[in-house]
Amino acid sequence: MSSSVSDYLMRLGDDRLVLGHRLSEWCGHGPILEEDIALANIALDLIGQATLLLKLAAETEGKGRTEDELAFFRDTVDFRNVHLVEFPKGDYAFTIVRQFLFDVFSYHLLEELQKSRNAELSGIAAKGFKEVRYHVRHSSEWVVRLGDGTPESHARTQKALNELWRFTPEMFEADAIDREMAGAGIGPDLAAVKPKWDSIVRDVLARATLTIPDDPPAMTGGRKGRHTEALGHMLAEMQSVARAHPGASW
Amino acid sequence: MVSVAKEDILEILRAVKDPELPFIDIVELGIVRDVELEGDTLRVDITPTYSGCPAMQVIEREVSEVLAENGYVNARVRTVYSPAWTTDWMSESTKQKFRDYGIAPPSGVAQHGGIAELVSLRRARVTVECPYCRSSNTTERSEFGSTACKSIHFCNSCHQPFDQFKSI
Repeated sequence: MSSSVSDYLMRLGDDRLVLGHRLSEWCGHGPILEEDIALANIALDLIGQATLLLKLAAETEGKGRTEDELAFFRDTVDFRNVHLVEFPKGDYAFTIVRQFLFDVFSYHLLEELQKSRNAELSGIAAKGFKEVRYHVRHSSEWVVRLGDGTPESHARTQKALNELWRFTPEMFEADAIDREMAGAGIGPDLAAVKPKWDSIVRDVLARATLTIPDDPPAMTGGRKGRHTEALGHMLAEMQSVARAHPGASW
Repeated sequence: MVSVAKEDILEILRAVKDPELPFIDIVELGIVRDVELEGDTLRVDITPTYSGCPAMQVIEREVSEVLAENGYVNARVRTVYSPAWTTDWMSESTKQKFRDYGIAPPSGVAQHGGIAELVSLRRARVTVECPYCRSSNTTERSEFGSTACKSIHFCNSCHQPFDQFKSI
């Protein structure tokens, strides 16, 4: 049971760590100052949530590892995030559409996790839920602004949605661990989260004058450690300082 | 160790300020949640304002330092998450300290409305008063500011940009 719980917590932590790192790629490169600051803030929230979740994962695992060791000394095959979060930041439309698709998922997930029978997880979720409220307002407003904006912004946003949509089913793909967590009252039933996500996402995309593509779902497997090549490149950079100077502090 | 009053410990902890808000101590900000003596070890529970707040590590270290200076060398600082910190706990006198420092205090009640309202593009308009000239004629520039806990505003009366400690 405790290994399933730590694996589950690693999934939650890794989604937020990887997306937070991808968002931080905008720091100093944002299209306008306010957005540069906003994305750095959201990245900080996500990496903060990941820190708490991975700390709890490490404690639950009981092998003496820390959250930093989980972040910086695991290889690609040991990461448990979904594919959606691991692609490079792309243009602003790509970043915003990806963030929106994830934020709505995260909102509903954290809302449910506040009721978790795991008291620590419930507390972390309650904290993160307040933060995601700000994230989802930010990303949804930008999806409408870009989608229903100029021909150029519309075309770019539609292209981003076309590229990203097929990676969304993976967020709701429940395996034995998800079912075990749902049965134990630790995590929610992902099948019950899906319709809530669908309803909000479809409403906002319609108002953004965007068309949902009918592409078949892409290959999944992030929860089992099967990733696209993008994650390996990201981790090589993210982990390089910690691995070059193990145990360093400042 | 002789028995100590909780109030005495809290008084010692008031020496620790939030590094981002040097005019507010961590007790009145609500970061200190509990103080308890376990055997001969003093336990201090603190809670983060935001999950990724970088000030928490500094605060944790300073709590240990100020307690050690006052003879409590065995103090243990524990981070707790429940109940989640909220600006709704802030007293009126603390809000006044924000204004005096040039930061608008949180206004309205945090966490109002569900996701349908958040994505609706319709905002419940909350008046944020300019901390410099007290005008209500202000505009929100961004919900994300110089630190995780602040948003950016502009006063249309005195033409001064300012921060608000945002509701959460």
